[in-house]
Amino acid sequence: MDTSLKRTPLFSAHVKAGARMVPFGGWEMPVQYRGILEEHRTVRAAVGCFDVSHMGEFEIEGPGALATLQRLTTNDVAALEIGQVQYSLLCRPDGGIVDDLTLYRVAQDRYLMVVNASNIDKDWTHVTTAVAADGARWRNASAATGLIAVQGPKAEALVGRLADQDVTRIGYYRCARGKVAGVPALISRTGYTGEDGFELYVDAGETERLWTALLEGGRPEGVAPIGLGARDTLRLEMRYALYGNDIDETTNPLEAGLGWVVKPAKGDFVGRAAIEAVTRAKGPARKLIGLEMADRSVARHGYPVVKDGAPIGIVTSGTFGPSVERSIAMAYVASAQSAIGSELGVEIRGQARAARVVKTPFHPSRVKKG
Amino acid sequence: MSNVPADLRYTREHEWARQEGGRVRVGITAYAQEQLGDVVFVELPKVGAKVTAHQAFGVVESVKAVSDLFAPVSGEVVEVNAELGQKPETVNADPYGKGWMLVVAPSDANQWNALLTAAQYEEFVAQGGH
Repeated sequence: MDTSLKRTPLFSAHVKAGARMVPFGGWEMPVQYRGILEEHRTVRAAVGCFDVSHMGEFEIEGPGALATLQRLTTNDVAALEIGQVQYSLLCRPDGGIVDDLTLYRVAQDRYLMVVNASNIDKDWTHVTTAVAADGARWRNASAATGLIAVQGPKAEALVGRLADQDVTRIGYYRCARGKVAGVPALISRTGYTGEDGFELYVDAGETERLWTALLEGGRPEGVAPIGLGARDTLRLEMRYALYGNDIDETTNPLEAGLGWVVKPAKGDFVGRAAIEAVTRAKGPARKLIGLEMADRSVARHGYPVVKDGAPIGIVTSGTFGPSVERSIAMAYVASAQSAIGSELGVEIRGQARAARVVKTPFHPSRVKKG
Repeated sequence: MSNVPADLRYTREHEWARQEGGRVRVGITAYAQEQLGDVVFVELPKVGAKVTAHQAFGVVESVKAVSDLFAPVSGEVVEVNAELGQKPETVNADPYGKGWMLVVAPSDANQWNALLTAAQYEEFVAQGGH
């Protein structure tokens, strides 16, 4: 066992539950409990609980917090109401993506930035050095915070029964302070599965109490713990980007299809000039698209995408989609070949296998909008 | 310990082989399917193809990984489990039964004796399986 790997407060609970533990981004995490396909279907049909305590949480507070975040992130932070959440990006001056994140406005001058586990150290350096935080103070709350995602069509029934308030009033990408199973939590209607659900931020020391309460209290809903394997198949069916696979420091937001969280009109931010140069050049040279394979062979990260024998792109993520019952992938391809319906190939074990550019998400989203 | 039927022979790559009247039926072991997780795609040769002992004859893909399938013995493929095309999960559900992959007409009967016995395979898996 690699002792350099970090563990979440739920590590022992996962081992006790018989989870298969694997290294992921420097953490020892459960990849599956009973099987990826079964766990995937549990989330689509009922409700599942994910330990995502490895994610990073940075708080920024003070009258200068808004201005600092406007210069650091690509989305328009001024549009955030108290209790609202937005998806956003950190970029390098050259437009490359440092990380993708969710930003919470938890009070008038107080925000919570949630970043990917594998990027915590890099992001902390970036946010504290790329922009001077005048009139605001950063705090890295990653180690002190536990995070459980409760996702699926029955998530509202489960969290609602255990919460001290009416969670049906928390809209999509909104959050509220409260208690769940007696544990003080930031209750956020967000997720990474395409299903309705919540993410519950709690003190690290309370994480196991909440985890146990959800799994025991959710028996009427058919709740189960869900590993990172199903988290990946669920997000892939929604075409949600995974940092390190689909986006990284060599990809810019426009080619990744994340132009909707880039708001140049708000004023200057790190990366704005480079991103605007791409726009002026009539858009990116390549685009992240969705592919559906003609057979069940799996297109995996790094496999070449070809057209008439010539390489035109590269697969960034791929899997067999348990809900769409097809082999699906995300890939960067030359913009000229990126139109829906384009017939392409993916080179798998030296052989070009037929693939078609399709509309995404691959599976319809059922998040609670409005 | 995974299920290791005593009447089969095994490879170090976790295939099983069963004698059936001079022919050899081939699949992957219970241990192999557990390690792979949910199988989503199995790529097999066509009937009439030649396979060579210790060389890859096909591929099995799970959600998380792709693995080569190795032939226990050399010979000609005389039957292929076409059902795995639509129901690859059968490999997980019934690895020694309905999850079989090939039937081979062996070209060298002596190769059978070089395969691991159930006791040897169990020991191999107990020591880490690779």
